[in-house]
Amino acid sequence: MRRINIDVGGTNTDAVLLEGDRVVHAVKTPTTPDVTTGIVSALERLTASMPAGTGAVDAVMIGTTHFTNAVVQRRDLTPVAAVRIGLPASASLPPFEDWPEDLARLVRGEVFMVEGGHEYDGRPIVPLDTAAIRQAGRRIRERGLTAAAVASVFSPLNPTCEEEAARILLAECPGLSVTCSHDLGRIGLLERENATLLNACLVDLAGRTTRGFMEALIRSEIRAPLYITQNDGTVLPAEQARQFPVYSFASGPTNSMRGAAFLSKRDDAIVVDVGGTTTDIGALRHGFPREANNVVEIGGVRTLFRMPDLLSLGLGGGSLVAPEPLAVGPLSVGYRLTERARVFGGPDLTVTDIGVAARLLELGARERVADLPASLVERTLARISGMIEEGVDRMKTEAASVPLIAVGGGCFVIPERLAGVSEVVHVPHQAVANAVGAAIAQVSGEVDQIFQGLPREEAIARARQLAEERAVRAGADPASLQVVEVEDLPLAYLPGNSLRTRVRVVGDIASDSSAGR
Amino acid sequence: MAPPRPVSLDEIESIAIGAWILGTGGGGSPYLALLNLRRLYREGTVVSLMDPADLADEDRVAVVSNMGAPLVGQERLTDPRTIAQAVRMMEEVIGQRFRAIMSLEIGGGNSLQPFMAAALLDLPVVDADCMGRAFPEAQMTSFAIHDLQMYPLTLVDVRDNAVVVARAASWKWMERLSRTACVAVGSIASTCKAPRTGKEVRECAILYSTSKALRIGHAVRAARRAHEDPILAVLALEGGLRLFAGKIQDVDRRATEGFLRGTATIDGLDDFRGHTMRLAFQNEFAVAWLDEAPRATTPDLICVIDTVSGDAIGTETLRYGQRVTVIALPAPPILLTPKGIEHVGPRAFGYDLDFVSVFAGCVE
Repeated sequence: MRRINIDVGGTNTDAVLLEGDRVVHAVKTPTTPDVTTGIVSALERLTASMPAGTGAVDAVMIGTTHFTNAVVQRRDLTPVAAVRIGLPASASLPPFEDWPEDLARLVRGEVFMVEGGHEYDGRPIVPLDTAAIRQAGRRIRERGLTAAAVASVFSPLNPTCEEEAARILLAECPGLSVTCSHDLGRIGLLERENATLLNACLVDLAGRTTRGFMEALIRSEIRAPLYITQNDGTVLPAEQARQFPVYSFASGPTNSMRGAAFLSKRDDAIVVDVGGTTTDIGALRHGFPREANNVVEIGGVRTLFRMPDLLSLGLGGGSLVAPEPLAVGPLSVGYRLTERARVFGGPDLTVTDIGVAARLLELGARERVADLPASLVERTLARISGMIEEGVDRMKTEAASVPLIAVGGGCFVIPERLAGVSEVVHVPHQAVANAVGAAIAQVSGEVDQIFQGLPREEAIARARQLAEERAVRAGADPASLQVVEVEDLPLAYLPGNSLRTRVRVVGDIASDSSAGR
Repeated sequence: MAPPRPVSLDEIESIAIGAWILGTGGGGSPYLALLNLRRLYREGTVVSLMDPADLADEDRVAVVSNMGAPLVGQERLTDPRTIAQAVRMMEEVIGQRFRAIMSLEIGGGNSLQPFMAAALLDLPVVDADCMGRAFPEAQMTSFAIHDLQMYPLTLVDVRDNAVVVARAASWKWMERLSRTACVAVGSIASTCKAPRTGKEVRECAILYSTSKALRIGHAVRAARRAHEDPILAVLALEGGLRLFAGKIQDVDRRATEGFLRGTATIDGLDDFRGHTMRLAFQNEFAVAWLDEAPRATTPDLICVIDTVSGDAIGTETLRYGQRVTVIALPAPPILLTPKGIEHVGPRAFGYDLDFVSVFAGCVE
């Protein structure tokens, strides 16, 4: 199997060619404003390295920070019609509550609040007001809005109100892109609705971007199915992924972690990815990043959906080092390392300079840091070691020592011995671990639901079955499915032995799947 | 007699932080109630706080709380209109108008419920509650300890369903009847408890607990702004004790009889390295053992706080790896009386332990 994996970052577009599980070639090119041109030039350089007539590429995976950046930088966002179903409940806190005002102004197209929704046990709160939905649809058409976000109370338990509303809206406004909150999520109405609104405001951009990706493949004469990498380390066929841009928000760090798993052949480990400005620490479980089970803020908006559990430290190769009192980061010279760092003749003392002085890496001119007191170098490295140690400890879920996989351009700072770490694993191609990451083409299905009156084992079995059905719908081969995450939380006050159960399964892409073509 | 003083939104933000700490792990996060109040204040509302000393003997005071499962509260979001409706209904039941509104419990989200009701009803909030913290059941209040009448109670939901519990044979029966009604309307409801007279509030409530939450929240925010330790600020302010500091090592939760029960184990760090603290909780933290010896028990307030941010951590949001500091804050004196201990001491939660305050022997 021959795959190409592309990671489109804010600064660089990384591409790798994999033959089976072997990295054949890796290239780095600057990301271009239109995205497409950068991908085309990366592909050109990559395919030029392939011996002629060695066969076609089987699949192309693209991961991108494009959509997160759009939210953070408040650009290319589409105004959204927010449709909240749940009246008379939750009336006092309408959609866009607690959003940063600048973002809300761009995204808030119209707000509709309609009767309907469900109880925790699946009973309706009141019947869905279909006439009000129809009226909303007409108003959306009049206003010329192109995207809608539908969120109904307790829809993760019972999606029927959202499904019915989406049908009516589409009948009234053909071509409207509708995001339903139950497709994204977790229990927690405001946070799930926020994720739904963010998704809806990005669907147009996702469509254009995906077309750009496809065009780049055509221009590069690569005829292979295109997949987009997701927050959880799985991939979705591009045609499906374009409906859910929020699911690729964290695919950068996730790809690094998946790449680390792939390159190190380890499934359970802590991954420490040291970049120029930050260090991302995450936990691999069964080869996938552990998911966050708490609120994650994106561009100032509180969300709760499938995101990796990451700890970001203000520590990287470009972090500034102040000698007295000793301080490392969080300020960094970032991409200006080659102008600002001492070893390049610059004025700033950075972590990279300390690394060069300690002979941890070869970069720039070592004589420029020869005057650094040995005690300063030693104390700085001890401080960094302490920062990483504490971060690793926070992300561990068990007391036993675990292996640590070191990746990223700044990973020279990771010491060989750390408390709570059984061994530090270094991998080849670690600098492009992110681009390697999405190479393991698997798809996932997830369920987060309250089960009542069932023994724990049965509730988990039921959740697993639902998750498996979802994975198969996303294109997984049923025979390859495996459970990667099970979590259950008993609920206080709810009657009848209520258990909130979350199960996630993954599987290989079914070989007869034409979804990506 | 001073008129009730207006409370600023900034003060409400502080109350939310302080009340979450006083919740001792339970009571639910005040976040959604705070969002409601921010909205009400944006629309021009200002709620006033009343000194309980200014209540006349015959004044009527409404005691309010949001009842139900915190998880349901994340979907069916708390609304000032339902809590105001519960108060209005109680006025109809007793045929009298209320002079002011107070909270059932100052710990957690219920600290802000009277403010939400007061905003719509144009009444002041009394600077008092009847727990001085958070507790899970109706009989765990200073009013119950004083043997005040426990009925009537009004309970309303968003659909215009309403229940009046006209009489109850005991506080436990009141808990059972109201809980059943709450479950029937979807495990979330706004309630107005048995009305109190001004005299009853002055004599039997836990006074100035709203100011206490405000003061604590204020100290946390001031310390954060000054890059100082918010936990030390709280301890110094309230005469609290730092019981332990470490890292959550294990959390075991299970739901039984309507409670979130469980234990959390913390491995010591820094000056507590080599020691272990185990916490037992029933919605709120009830007992803390240091290396297997009881260190603190309810009703002393056992609060688990994020060591860095100074934010309280709820029993539902405890996670492996969190860096936490466990502190004890003094309980209101009424809870420390023999009768108080009977209602809210360790045996009331099923622990065969005598209550020994961590503050015993401390000079006031």
